[in-house]
Amino acid sequence: MANNVIIELKNVSKHFGQTYAVEDFNLYVKKGEFVTFLGPSGCGKTTTLRMIAGFELPTGGQILLNGEDISLLPPYKRPVNTVFQKYALFPHMDVYDNIAFGLKLKKIPDGEKTRKLTKEEIDKKVRKALKIVDLEEYENRDISTLSGGQQQRIAIARAIVNEPEILLLDEPLGALDLKMRKDMQLELKEMHKKLGITFIYVTHDQEEALTLSDTIVVMKDGMIQQIGTPEDIYNEPSNAFVANFIGESNIYSGTVTGDKKVRFINHVFDCVDEFPKNEKVDVVIRPEDVHITSADSGMAKGKIVSKIFKGIHYEYIMMVGRNELVIVDTRDLNVNETYGFDIEPDGIHIMKKELTSNIYNDAYIDKENRVVISECPFECDITSLVQGSIVDSEGYVVGPDGTRYDFTDADVRAEIGLKDIEILDDEEAGVVKGEIVSIIYKGDHYQLTIRTPEDEDFVLDTEYTYDENDLVGLNVRPQDIKLTLKGEAKKYAKK
Amino acid sequence: MQKNNIFSRKTLALPYAVFMILFVVIPLFLIVMYAFTDADGKFTFDNFRTFFSGGHNINTLMFSIFIGMANTALCLLLGYPAAYILAKKEMGFGKATVLLFVMPMWINFVLRTAATRDLLFAMGISGGEHPYFATMIGMVYNYLPFVILPLYTSMTKMNLSLIEASYDLGANKVQTFFKTVLPMTMPGIASAATMVFMPTMSSFVISDVMGERKISLIGNSIQLYFDQGLWNLGSLVALIMLIIMAFGALCADSEGESDARGGLW
Repeated sequence: MANNVIIELKNVSKHFGQTYAVEDFNLYVKKGEFVTFLGPSGCGKTTTLRMIAGFELPTGGQILLNGEDISLLPPYKRPVNTVFQKYALFPHMDVYDNIAFGLKLKKIPDGEKTRKLTKEEIDKKVRKALKIVDLEEYENRDISTLSGGQQQRIAIARAIVNEPEILLLDEPLGALDLKMRKDMQLELKEMHKKLGITFIYVTHDQEEALTLSDTIVVMKDGMIQQIGTPEDIYNEPSNAFVANFIGESNIYSGTVTGDKKVRFINHVFDCVDEFPKNEKVDVVIRPEDVHITSADSGMAKGKIVSKIFKGIHYEYIMMVGRNELVIVDTRDLNVNETYGFDIEPDGIHIMKKELTSNIYNDAYIDKENRVVISECPFECDITSLVQGSIVDSEGYVVGPDGTRYDFTDADVRAEIGLKDIEILDDEEAGVVKGEIVSIIYKGDHYQLTIRTPEDEDFVLDTEYTYDENDLVGLNVRPQDIKLTLKGEAKKYAKK
Repeated sequence: MQKNNIFSRKTLALPYAVFMILFVVIPLFLIVMYAFTDADGKFTFDNFRTFFSGGHNINTLMFSIFIGMANTALCLLLGYPAAYILAKKEMGFGKATVLLFVMPMWINFVLRTAATRDLLFAMGISGGEHPYFATMIGMVYNYLPFVILPLYTSMTKMNLSLIEASYDLGANKVQTFFKTVLPMTMPGIASAATMVFMPTMSSFVISDVMGERKISLIGNSIQLYFDQGLWNLGSLVALIMLIIMAFGALCADSEGESDARGGLW
């Protein structure tokens, strides 16, 4: 590993009881880098930061600081400091004592022994820190007399005064209003440049991440989705989740039709990415990469159905066949009129489909010849396990050669297509119920992820609109569950 | 504005005003008046002279202050760790456990004290032989809940990220306790001290029952004077106590001046 790596996380996991907060997290951070953990709430970003700070201990993996394993070191022995979400300034101390807190405890080497910092040394450092955060006259102020922005600056000063090797920032601007947040973002970036300290920043605000970071780590459900520069993440999202989370985007299901050609919204477009022919892909197009032309020129055409003024540009929604296409354009165009549009090949981002069907590897057959997925029994076509078989009156599967099979408790792999799951508003009406945890709009339909109480995910395509966190029921027709027996059928033959 | 509205602020405050005048202002006034008059109702400073010339009274006062402080210190020493453990979420003690500590307060005070005396007697610590020791045990037992409750409240209100911040800045567990936990629970400590110190000084049942009348606190003095019909002297002692208490409350208040004030009040 290169010398300039300051911290490395190797296969780090953290689970609380049965649920994983962070799973197999691998990352290395270079000295002086500004790294941001970005993701929706509950994605594990804060837990990861807290493991680096030492407030949580990983349940698996290693955290290496300058090559040394610090995974189990208590926080006060780590050369890192944290800026907390709600500042966490000590209310019983004034500004000066808050900043001097860490310095008063610090021991520095002095010959063979160590010694504490002198009053003068502390004073000098506190004043310097106050100067960095631009609050020089505030040293004797009470914490409660400071505004949110000022408290935030003091919290930063309190952390950086200790000259940590890494500064951890846990959504530090979350409690500030928009204007103040923008100002502080720029100041943080300046500070990072000036101090040369490595920053690890946690936020759910994608714009903030794009503005501040050298490297962004996009997380979802405790797992890293993509690591890259802001440009990489924005221009080359690795999957539909990242594309949907970062910036505004159009996401479609497409098929590769030939060499650098992809078909979606019923048209074939040139693209730059190479994929095998007939591969099913997700296509992402940023609204600013679509250029509106006159109706008869352009690669395809559509009708503008909505127009919203956004200050520096208009946001249009164009119907292309049955698909919606979001476009931004500075020109003032007419609603209900047909226009053509072009998309440059490098404006079309193609990603391998993460999922073309739901696959459950730990399903099994119960006594009534149903397949149990996520603790819920689904009716299925049990005869598909043995070709040409039938089910006899006692419920045993009888093969064409007359062998009787008892598949009770047999382990199977079950596969259900995305279009084959029926979604029901009444959560009790389905075989399984769950909560909608993610919605991705794909032009003419939504792709929903429904999580059951057993933590199993069902992904399905639907044309109907639902909201995140809705409780729904799910049903699958027996013939739509494809079953594959694990192991030989012989094993289950009755003698 | 509607006139004669029976739900106006003024009319609603009336019952409280009457109550305050009858049971707070007039008695206070009577105490002050009796303290400065003799049995015939004539103005005099004689009561002061009598009280402060008798060495016995001064001793009782000093001894009461000492017992009050000792009880406060003992209750805090015992109650603080108890409240800390109860407030710690990961220890898994719920509100029910707190209730267990507070429940003895539901039993009649005199009965409880008598039971404590008999229990100690059975253990070989009789009030007759060890009046101070027995009284101290009785005091601590009675006032411990009044310490645990405000401390528990101020600890559950404590912002846990401040403790994390302290660790983060390099303080170990001991340093964190003295530099953050203790100062932040100061309002609770002040509140607890007020609730123990002043009532201890003025109590007479505990010292009577536990110490088998061998111990005399300032509360006993007042009771004695009133029993003997010496209303003026009794009132004077009550006034002196009132002044000490007011002074104590003022001290506690300046100590507990913080938005994180926890306590029963």
